[in-house]
Amino acid sequence: MLQIDTWKRVLIWAVCALGLWMALPNAFYARVETHNDAVAAIELGNTSAEMQEKASIWPDWMPSSLVNLGLDLRGGAHLLAEVQVQDVYDTRVKAMWPEVRDLLREERATIGTIRLQDSEPGELRVKVSQPENIARAAEVLRGLARPVVSLTAAGQSDLVIGVDGDEVTIKLSDAEKQATDERTVQQALEIIRRRIDEVGTREPTIQRQGADRILIQVPGIGSAAELKDIIGTTAQLTFQPVVGRASSADAAAGPGNEVLPSLDEEGTFYIVEAAPVVTGEELVDAQPSFDQNNRPAVSFRFNPTGARKFGNYTAENIGSPFAIVLDGEVVSAPVIQAHIAGGSGIITGRFSVEESTNLAVLLRAGALPAGLEFLEERTIGPELGQDSIDAGKIACIVAFAAVLVFMVLSYGLFGVFANIALMINVGLIFGLLSMIGGTLTLPGIAGIVLTIGMAVDANVLVFERIREELKTAKGPARAISLGYEKALSAIVDANITTFITAVILFAVGSGPVRGFSITLGLGIMTSVFTAIFVTRLMIVIWFERRRPNTIEV
Amino acid sequence: MRLKLVPSETNWDFFSRPLLWLGISALLILLALGSFGVRGLNYGIDFRGGTTIRTESAETVDVAAYRAALAELGLGDISITEVFDPNFDEDQNVTMVRIQAQDDQESVTAEQIRAVEDALKAVAPDIKFVSVESVGPKVSGELIQTAVIAVLLAIAAVLVYIWLRFEWQFALGAVVALVHDVVLTIGVFSELQIKFDLAIIAALLTIVGYSLNDTVVVFDRVRENLRKYKKKDLKEVLNLSINETLSRTVMTSFTTLLALIALFVLGGDVIRGFVFAMIWGIIVGTYSSVFVASVILLKLGVKRDWSKPDNTAGNQFANIDA
Repeated sequence: MLQIDTWKRVLIWAVCALGLWMALPNAFYARVETHNDAVAAIELGNTSAEMQEKASIWPDWMPSSLVNLGLDLRGGAHLLAEVQVQDVYDTRVKAMWPEVRDLLREERATIGTIRLQDSEPGELRVKVSQPENIARAAEVLRGLARPVVSLTAAGQSDLVIGVDGDEVTIKLSDAEKQATDERTVQQALEIIRRRIDEVGTREPTIQRQGADRILIQVPGIGSAAELKDIIGTTAQLTFQPVVGRASSADAAAGPGNEVLPSLDEEGTFYIVEAAPVVTGEELVDAQPSFDQNNRPAVSFRFNPTGARKFGNYTAENIGSPFAIVLDGEVVSAPVIQAHIAGGSGIITGRFSVEESTNLAVLLRAGALPAGLEFLEERTIGPELGQDSIDAGKIACIVAFAAVLVFMVLSYGLFGVFANIALMINVGLIFGLLSMIGGTLTLPGIAGIVLTIGMAVDANVLVFERIREELKTAKGPARAISLGYEKALSAIVDANITTFITAVILFAVGSGPVRGFSITLGLGIMTSVFTAIFVTRLMIVIWFERRRPNTIEV
Repeated sequence: MRLKLVPSETNWDFFSRPLLWLGISALLILLALGSFGVRGLNYGIDFRGGTTIRTESAETVDVAAYRAALAELGLGDISITEVFDPNFDEDQNVTMVRIQAQDDQESVTAEQIRAVEDALKAVAPDIKFVSVESVGPKVSGELIQTAVIAVLLAIAAVLVYIWLRFEWQFALGAVVALVHDVVLTIGVFSELQIKFDLAIIAALLTIVGYSLNDTVVVFDRVRENLRKYKKKDLKEVLNLSINETLSRTVMTSFTTLLALIALFVLGGDVIRGFVFAMIWGIIVGTYSSVFVASVILLKLGVKRDWSKPDNTAGNQFANIDA
């Protein structure tokens, strides 16, 4: 009959109380947010009185997790970038030339003289003058291959050495390409994260998506273009020996060399060796500074290996120019005056102070291993987000009120019970969202409104069933308990099917759609809980107190 | 006295003209498909790539001047629509500018957006760009694919679930009703040329869930009544079950519609299309659970000799073993 064990009652109320307790901070959103920001700042070492004061506006013993607001509600920028992983293949292979050259020179007796040929991207072609012994050249080069470092392709070689007439070709193997892709994307992810952290915005989302894509969401930033300035620059810094100057980009560079434009002087081109002496990867620090003429510049320091390479090169090449190249453009090409041993230097160019500061940030955070192509970008202004929140709030309140009134008109006292359960239900959704750190989006608000409408469904099912059972006149207690029992299978089946669609939405959806699926899914769970347990408990308590002989539902 | 949307005791005959209902639904589906074939959907940038810029200005919008300013940029097809909404302030004039996907690039470049913004600023100096969204053709193609997969997956999952919990005839009836709802919704979107974007896919899936909700409640009662009245023929049982659950069906649809209409009127223009899809879906979903799913079930027939006797009645889990 109508009995619920005491422990169950306690448990049900406890779950409701906990959910509402967790939801409470959201009612004081701005205040809790200030508190959270202040606490984060204090943890980072900023213990100023102002921060302490800000931290104290929300008591520490209260829960402080909030529902995250999605970009469409808060405003901000969203970018989907594709990492151009194939860029890396070419850089890797081209950088092997000095090593290949040295190895093959030792074999001059058998294979004769060697010559680097022009080749497709991602391939190195070397012509030998004695093709009859080309097998030997290939054999020597196979010695360069290393096993691929990855779990799936362990043991396979990283290079494919081929023979094509009188030329040997060197390419990355497929297994190595895969392993490289993986590393490249991971690295790009890490560097984007570092760059965004350097700029210091709140709660950015930086996620890998699929094989070679990265999703970046930064709330509060003015526009996606601004964000692209920070993360879109590769900031690949290299130091390359200068072979000569040219007046056009089409100048013949000769194998192993490339023609690069000058950054400042239009129409000036440099022919440089393609394999760099040192790269930006070996930088340990970069700071904005000024040169001796007081123009903005960036000073940098190499790590020990970089410093040694740079030192050796400058010692051997005093008097010849070398180029400082940033993302394929020559920033400057000074002549080496002396052996630079300390491993530090300065980059001068026609920078503004802002540019030199930016460049220092980029160099410090590290170069992106490969270029990024932006497939999707969205900027949502904060005003639009605020408008949406306001509209959503009003709509929620009106929807809520309409449903409440309608339920009381239809079911009287039982309707009141259902309404209390409905309020607890919405509280629980917010509590759960805060607990799991879920994100509320505009479609998410729609999900909540839909849940308000559908949450009464389980109650309606039960109440209608109780009405039916009352007709067969078994007494109110029996009718209530039968009503719950018989409605259960319909409630379970109906909600599981809806839940299945919520799960699928979550799995394949992204962004706002996923936000919607989260609120819908949570709403289904909480509405079933409140309908089956909370409303029933309220009805049972009421029934025990009043012991009515007849009830009207 | 209680408010009742449906008399407490109904005995309406829903199956006097089963073919008429199926015919109406079939006709509607043909109309929807026809509209889809002729007019096509008004895809948002999520699905066909391009850029949308939402502008806001205190001055009244002169669409022709905007168009003239942008035509010089040579960005191909540009559509400019003024947005009206009761929530807007007096001096809040909003437009949506849509630029087609450019042939040779994945996403509109920052320079192009800047050029568009500058051109519009020349027309309306106080103009603000409250949102700018670009989607490249590569991503939009994939988004369509995932959307279609999502809808198919949802339908398949539901088919399997109902098949497990009921009988295959029920599953088939429910799925036909579902497809009916989805097709009619797509038909309305193509006929009214409402923007069809990712959020609408979410709405479609919700409709799938909701329509099922209704269908399952009716089917649950059919299952129960089939056991209870072993002598009655299927048509009577179906009719009885629909009548018994009618009050609930109408109540739930009505409360959900109440909530959604509030959102439709007050929720702002950004999600209006999304909410519209759901409102429409709930109306056709309610209709289809009675007039499509059940009629299909009637036509298919149901196996009546339930292998297990109903000896668990009265137990909490009486109906969860089917």
